[in-house]
Amino acid sequence: MLNTGTIYGINGPVIYLKGNTGFCMSEMVYVGKQKLVGEVIALDKDMTTVQVYEETTGLRPGEEVVATGSAVSVTLAPGILNNIFDGIERPLEKIAESGGAFITRGVSVDSLDRQKKWQTHITVAEGQFLHGGDIIAEVPETHAIMHKCMVPPDTEGTVVSVVSDGEYTIDEPLVTLELNNGNTKELTMTQHWPIRAARPTHHRFPASVPLITGQRIIDTMFPIAKGGTAAVPGGFGTGKTMTQHQIAKWSDADIIIYIGCGERGNEMTQVLEEFSHLTDPRNGKPLMDRTTLIANTSNMPVAAREASIYTGLTLAEYYRDMGYDVAIMADSTSRWAEALRELSGRLEEMPAEEGFPAYLASRLSAFYERAGMMHNLNGTDGSVTIIGAVSPQGGDFSEPVTQNTKRFVRCFWGLDKSLAYARHFPAIHWLTSYSEYLGDLAPWYQDHVSPKFVDYRNRLMALLNSESSLLEIVKLIGSDVLPDDQKLILEIARVIRLGFLQQNAFHKDDTCVSMEKQFLMMDTILYLYKQSRALVTMGHPMSVLKSENIFDRIISIKYDVPNDRLEMFTQYRRDIDAFYQRVLEKNA
Amino acid sequence: MSIEYLGLSSINGPLIALEGVQDAFFDEIVEFVIDGTERKIGRIVEIYEDKAIIQVFEGSENMSLKNTHTRLTGHPMEIALSPDMLGRTFNGIGQPIDDLGPIHSSLKRDVNGLPLNPVEREYPRNYIRTGISAIDGLTTLIRGQKLPIFSGNGLPHDQLAAQIVKQASLGDSDEKFAIVFAAMGVKHDVADFFRRTFEDSGVADHVAMFLNLANDPVVERLITPKVALTVAEYLAFEQHMHILVILTDMTSFAEAMREVSSSKGEIPSRKGFPGYLYSELATIYERAGIVQGVDGSVTQLPILTMPNDDITHPIPDLTGYITEGQIVLDRELNGQSIYPPINILPSLSRLMKDGIGKGYTREDHQDLANQLFSAYAKVGDARNLASVIGEDELSAIDKKYLEFGKEFETQYIGQGMNENRSIEETLDLGWKLLGRLPKEELDRVDTKILEKYYKPMEVEE
Repeated sequence: MLNTGTIYGINGPVIYLKGNTGFCMSEMVYVGKQKLVGEVIALDKDMTTVQVYEETTGLRPGEEVVATGSAVSVTLAPGILNNIFDGIERPLEKIAESGGAFITRGVSVDSLDRQKKWQTHITVAEGQFLHGGDIIAEVPETHAIMHKCMVPPDTEGTVVSVVSDGEYTIDEPLVTLELNNGNTKELTMTQHWPIRAARPTHHRFPASVPLITGQRIIDTMFPIAKGGTAAVPGGFGTGKTMTQHQIAKWSDADIIIYIGCGERGNEMTQVLEEFSHLTDPRNGKPLMDRTTLIANTSNMPVAAREASIYTGLTLAEYYRDMGYDVAIMADSTSRWAEALRELSGRLEEMPAEEGFPAYLASRLSAFYERAGMMHNLNGTDGSVTIIGAVSPQGGDFSEPVTQNTKRFVRCFWGLDKSLAYARHFPAIHWLTSYSEYLGDLAPWYQDHVSPKFVDYRNRLMALLNSESSLLEIVKLIGSDVLPDDQKLILEIARVIRLGFLQQNAFHKDDTCVSMEKQFLMMDTILYLYKQSRALVTMGHPMSVLKSENIFDRIISIKYDVPNDRLEMFTQYRRDIDAFYQRVLEKNA
Repeated sequence: MSIEYLGLSSINGPLIALEGVQDAFFDEIVEFVIDGTERKIGRIVEIYEDKAIIQVFEGSENMSLKNTHTRLTGHPMEIALSPDMLGRTFNGIGQPIDDLGPIHSSLKRDVNGLPLNPVEREYPRNYIRTGISAIDGLTTLIRGQKLPIFSGNGLPHDQLAAQIVKQASLGDSDEKFAIVFAAMGVKHDVADFFRRTFEDSGVADHVAMFLNLANDPVVERLITPKVALTVAEYLAFEQHMHILVILTDMTSFAEAMREVSSSKGEIPSRKGFPGYLYSELATIYERAGIVQGVDGSVTQLPILTMPNDDITHPIPDLTGYITEGQIVLDRELNGQSIYPPINILPSLSRLMKDGIGKGYTREDHQDLANQLFSAYAKVGDARNLASVIGEDELSAIDKKYLEFGKEFETQYIGQGMNENRSIEETLDLGWKLLGRLPKEELDRVDTKILEKYYKPMEVEE
């Protein structure tokens, strides 16, 4: 028998029920005649507090609230990919079919298609003993991804019967287990999992493999590991969303979960449109085949916005359990923190810094700690990488969400307003950003790209740092009075900034660049520096060096060398040599 | 017949508590009759069993605990909709104030609207030519976009909005163009200025005006943009018109929200604004866009005055996170008599990249815009340097940037209030100005585009 309660008071998305209802914390409830979805957030002898995931207009005191007996959870089965959900895993396309262009309230749709028959290959046999997490069947979910159906983590037993390979819906039983207590249990493709609980794994690996994104400032300068965490903070207009889109498009993760948390409706539409047209560079299949979108735009109910982050995370963990590398883009975690603040205000909780609740930090850490490279229960290895956008109030990085996020992520890509104003994209500032993964990933770069890679990267960073201190002097006295070797540093730093760090997302070659090309570009720039420095040391003035157009030619390598013609780099090396000779002869 | 309640339990500013109500629901609209003569309406904002907290739109003047009769209407805030609303003037809660009689229509809508499903949206791509170079060239306005003007007191944001309305509508020959104008807490003069502009430019028949003036009740302001947008959505998605919505001034709206929130005794967050400021602003701004398969669009041009010109103030800050870019006006440019005083560096149109270029405007548009932004950013650096070491000491290239900056501000950003430039004029002017800079400096442009369009300026000597 399910518990019920009666509405006593309503204040925006928060409702109060009188008396001891017997509900559980975090239990999902249906509110009122329209059966709005809600969650229990506080219990008291005299009062139960529920947050409602939909608009509460029209609710009356006295209406009934029915408990469901389980926490707010997601349905896990084939059909998640190539789909777009709201914050509590309701498919937006199905909502549109049933309710039209605008999202009405109390829509009741299944999370996943229960009619569709999936081609299923059973991978277990009778008599086998299965543990939680073991794979029982494989279903080709999309062209790119093989969905692996698993035993729920808390179940184990001996297989007593299996069906033969064929087409099944997500509700049809595939395998029957005899549990240790003698009962039998039928397993289907479907699992349910509460969104606020992490799915169990065997153990965690240290970070050792980078997530390759094709973005030079990330891959080379501030890399992120598979299973790592990164924050992308930046005021509005600095390109947070663009950075997230680029990573979602080009990174080498198997699966992308894109959470639009409190963001713009048009932006989600753009992601949908663009991803359906773009193809995955690795296998030529549409990007949507490996993508799930969670869209809770800023005008959708605030409580569902708070939940959307967890919904996305749980879906990601489910695919990780199959042995995939999953990357989560959360855009933006500030909107999620603000949803927490809004709800906390409605509950009249004591506010801490800037009105945020005192538990902001612990919620953030719990969120980011669900990332990681894991050894799963079934013996496979998979990872969840979290890349969270942060929208600091007024672009000020000292506000609570940015500061607390910084404590729990190991990679920080600080977007800079002045770079964005100068339309230097990606506007990730090389002096404020950092990556703690650099040391962990160094062996990988040495083995897979070049033994010189990390050294080159550090030399580039050193040049950029010298530039920044030189610019302080230039600001005071102008650049003309600098000695030539310092002028050369400024010029080379310019080449690095424009030719290497700046990357054009709309250019067909420049939008995604392989590690090999990234390395060759660094190599060419540093070779130019070496030769020019030799000339400057010999006393040739910078004005002569600059009269050659070699610096600008190196800058436009990113456009002029197509990604499949890397042999062209040898020509650039020869050009630098020729430049060297010309300067020598001219001033002989 | 619904029950009437006599008397009230308490009055606190615009908030009224009423006890003993039966069958009331959250967000329901109630009607008050005061002393048997004056009528007011209010909305239930909180409800606890039989006690309702009601917010009175017209303010609680003349109400006492005894003289008021209250009646529940049984529906949330609704407005009657009809195509006849064009050419009419309404108060902040959608009641006609132009003596032309009420709007008769059986079609009524909840003003709160519903969120538009992202899968049913169409991504906006058609640009709107405003004839203003700084907007068309650098922060292009797209049909279905929400692009606010961030301004300050004393800056010509009203003139700019009026010029956009005039030139954008004139360029559009189809009859299906209309304007919904919502004023929240604006001065009489401002409302009057817009009314005259609409009449002068011959679009008055295509305008629905919703006026909540500075001395009108504060609470009414909270509903004004919602009423206006409900009308806009109806005209766009059911009457298939292209609607430009002007909302001015969003700062008054947010401040009204703070006032009401504080009298409700809510816990304040930033600068005393309630925690739900973001959600509330979003429900307004997000009501712009295009629905798939429907011929019609809602484009929003909200105007907000930044308190103390501070772009990091919560109102502009949160707005910037919701809207698709912003046009920022600058006091310094205004001081130099440059009109429109648009500071292009912090200005941005997020939808621009997909609505310009080949097939929309011209192939060189994006590269040119990037280059102009980047060059103008360098002008700022050169000016800073000049203020320290003096202009004479600058390097030759920095001097060129100074010249470029001056010309750019006067010729490109600056233009007449009635000057209507075509997109070709705007783009060509951009290249002409870039001609003042040496070719090596133009590092944001694809080599092929550069070959085709770049012409160095003849040295006049």
